[in-house]
Amino acid sequence: MIRRLLLTLTAWCALAGAAMAQDVAAPDQPLADPQAEARAQRLFGDIRCVVCQHESIADSPAGIAGDLRRLVRERVEAGATDREIERELVERYGDFILFRPPFNALTALLWGAPFVLGLGGLAVFLAWSRRRREPVQPLTPEEEQALAERIRPPSD
Amino acid sequence: MIAELGALALALALALAVMQAVAAGLGAAQRRPVLTGAAEGAAIASAIAVAIAFAALIHLFIVSDFSVSNVAANSHTAKPLLYRVAGAWGSHEGSLVLWCLVMTGFGATLALGRGLPFGLRAWATACQGLLNAMFLAFAVFTSSPFTRLDPAPVQGASLNPLLQDPALAVHPPLLYAGYVGLSVPFSLAVAALIVGRVDPAWARWVRPWSLAAWSFLTVGITLGAFWAYYELGWGGWWFWDPVENASFLPWLAAAALLHSAIVTERRGALAGWTVFLALLAFSFSMLGAFLVRSGVLTSVHAFAVDPERGMLLLAILGVASGAAFALFAWRAPSLQPGGLFAPVSREATLVLNNLFLAAAAATVLLGTLYPLLLEAATGQTISVGPPYFNLTFTPLMAAAALILPAGPLLAWKRGDLMGVLQRLKWAAGLSLLAGVASLALTSLSAAIVAVGVMIGAWLILGTLTELVERTRLFRAPGAEVWRRTKGLPRGAWGMTLAHIGLGVFVLGAVVETGLKTEVPSVLSPGDPPVAFADWRVTLDDVRIVEGPNYLAEQGVFTLSRDNGSGARAVTAERRFWPAGGQTTTEVGLDFRGLDDLYVVLGERRAGPEGQPAWSVRAYHNPWARLIFLGPALMALGGLVSLTDPRLRVAVTRRRRS
Repeated sequence: MIRRLLLTLTAWCALAGAAMAQDVAAPDQPLADPQAEARAQRLFGDIRCVVCQHESIADSPAGIAGDLRRLVRERVEAGATDREIERELVERYGDFILFRPPFNALTALLWGAPFVLGLGGLAVFLAWSRRRREPVQPLTPEEEQALAERIRPPSD
Repeated sequence: MIAELGALALALALALAVMQAVAAGLGAAQRRPVLTGAAEGAAIASAIAVAIAFAALIHLFIVSDFSVSNVAANSHTAKPLLYRVAGAWGSHEGSLVLWCLVMTGFGATLALGRGLPFGLRAWATACQGLLNAMFLAFAVFTSSPFTRLDPAPVQGASLNPLLQDPALAVHPPLLYAGYVGLSVPFSLAVAALIVGRVDPAWARWVRPWSLAAWSFLTVGITLGAFWAYYELGWGGWWFWDPVENASFLPWLAAAALLHSAIVTERRGALAGWTVFLALLAFSFSMLGAFLVRSGVLTSVHAFAVDPERGMLLLAILGVASGAAFALFAWRAPSLQPGGLFAPVSREATLVLNNLFLAAAAATVLLGTLYPLLLEAATGQTISVGPPYFNLTFTPLMAAAALILPAGPLLAWKRGDLMGVLQRLKWAAGLSLLAGVASLALTSLSAAIVAVGVMIGAWLILGTLTELVERTRLFRAPGAEVWRRTKGLPRGAWGMTLAHIGLGVFVLGAVVETGLKTEVPSVLSPGDPPVAFADWRVTLDDVRIVEGPNYLAEQGVFTLSRDNGSGARAVTAERRFWPAGGQTTTEVGLDFRGLDDLYVVLGERRAGPEGQPAWSVRAYHNPWARLIFLGPALMALGGLVSLTDPRLRVAVTRRRRS
């Protein structure tokens, strides 16, 4: 009984300690309007938790992720558009904050290549199929003559 | 003693692999069966030696021999047996031995493979021996798991608790079977380039290997995704994380290879392209190993990272793939062009399939490496995540999905497009209806979900259409339908299962991603229920439970419908691991038909009146079951197809002739 009590006590301390040791996010307060909350949650998925591994703020227990979630919820409630919120975040943290990289000279290859490859490949395929479909040109009389001479069975 | 035995066996395996490569290469060049026979013996012996080393390693982990530094760093006496065993491949060194085990094992099977022409088998054995030798040398000289530690600690540092999970215990062996299984098509491709002949018989040999590797990869990746889903505790299952992408690249290449090998096997066409894909698939495996092990990319899945040794993996990748692709550039132009086909034919749809899969693989590769390259070149940091892949990868795969059902219905060489479209009209009509219905049931903002539902339904119904056509269901008398159904080759069943599995996955993925609900809250035991979607959750109690090597706070929840019916108790835990001082979450999962109710117990904090309270997140994940069922069907399709006797019959027949 005493062992059990002691163990429970240790466990509480350990868990409380662990919770304190990690920089834990403040509890999430969802927005009252379900549509605004849904919009905020959609945005969370596109925003990177800057101190984490490859995680969005929707998937991270880190403190900064919680702070950013609260910030995004505040801005959504204040009526800011998705673009405005994203722009504000980029101003503060740089392009790194968004999981959707910007389109500019440096990322043109990144954004362009999938479409160039897909559509380019399709274009090559269509060009090939059009070439295949072209009607066979009839031979000119001279060619017919030449062909006949070549395939004539050897006569003795 | 056992550790030294293991180290010795590993070194012996390396010597045998070198012998295998040299003897097979010389034997092939001089056409001397004595030498190639010796090489085959060496291949088998090398596999046995690695198996001994691996068994020794597992033994060391089971008995917790902390005088071995790898065991001390990754095990703990309090760990349950399963995780002590799994700890053997939980570290960089151990996983490398596993890699070598799978690779030499496949190499031995290849060496035993009767029916392959002499040159092809000898060169493939030589190439496999070289690959084995490189990886074994890497293991022996830089990453031996048998290094002793002096003085030996009394207790080990334990395996990362995130990895102490049944799915993740078996995830690496399956994933490696897939990754490394692709080394056999790679070796066969190199051999074919040296011999200068790529014919249907070669494709017949490549196909079962790629099929097996692809099936293992499918299961391995799915287990990893499922693990992320219930272990990381945020409801996500695919993050487009670099490590996930690294495993997805060989999967995409293997999927393309499977399809193009069919064309080479049946029609002798696309030979060069099939060889290229065989080289590419294993190169992607090695690239994945490098990316994951070196830690050049940040990821939630990165464990056992070591930059310096990672660079050596890059060197192996450079040597192996560089030489193979140089050989390809030199020899491929001399390969015989195969059979001709019309733009509307089964071959043409398989070409389109490969086109889109290849573009998709290139997209994933680019999205994974671009941030790295951009930062190295300009210092600019960007993040490439889900929104990028949704805008690029998804349309490419959607295009592939649109043409998929037409492929199996079209004839080889020259097909009848109008006839096929005629036969697919029911599938098309019903899929459109499914899309419209889902649009009506949700909202206009979820239009993308409707498109996804339409594509998923199209894949399933279109594939079923082909099955109905082949068995003449609804048109012929029952006895004939039954006769035709029994007569269908296993390969056809495999294809049908895999394509339906893809459709099932698409349905699950779009519905779950587009329509899931997440409700965060702070609850004390006994608080009024919190509503989420059409459900509600109450926190009944929080208690302390002891695991074998952890302590946990366990939340007891009741999940029920809005009106209180269908109540079920679910527990979720927050575990504390004293050995490493980490905490992990165990989510509470309640399967409701195809949907998941998913509850996470968060940190403890003070409630409004100072009473203890916990942050709780409740999720409704509609159709989440399909996300994991779909890939399971795909892998099952691959395995069913593998059992098709035709894959073997053809080989025996050719040998007799």
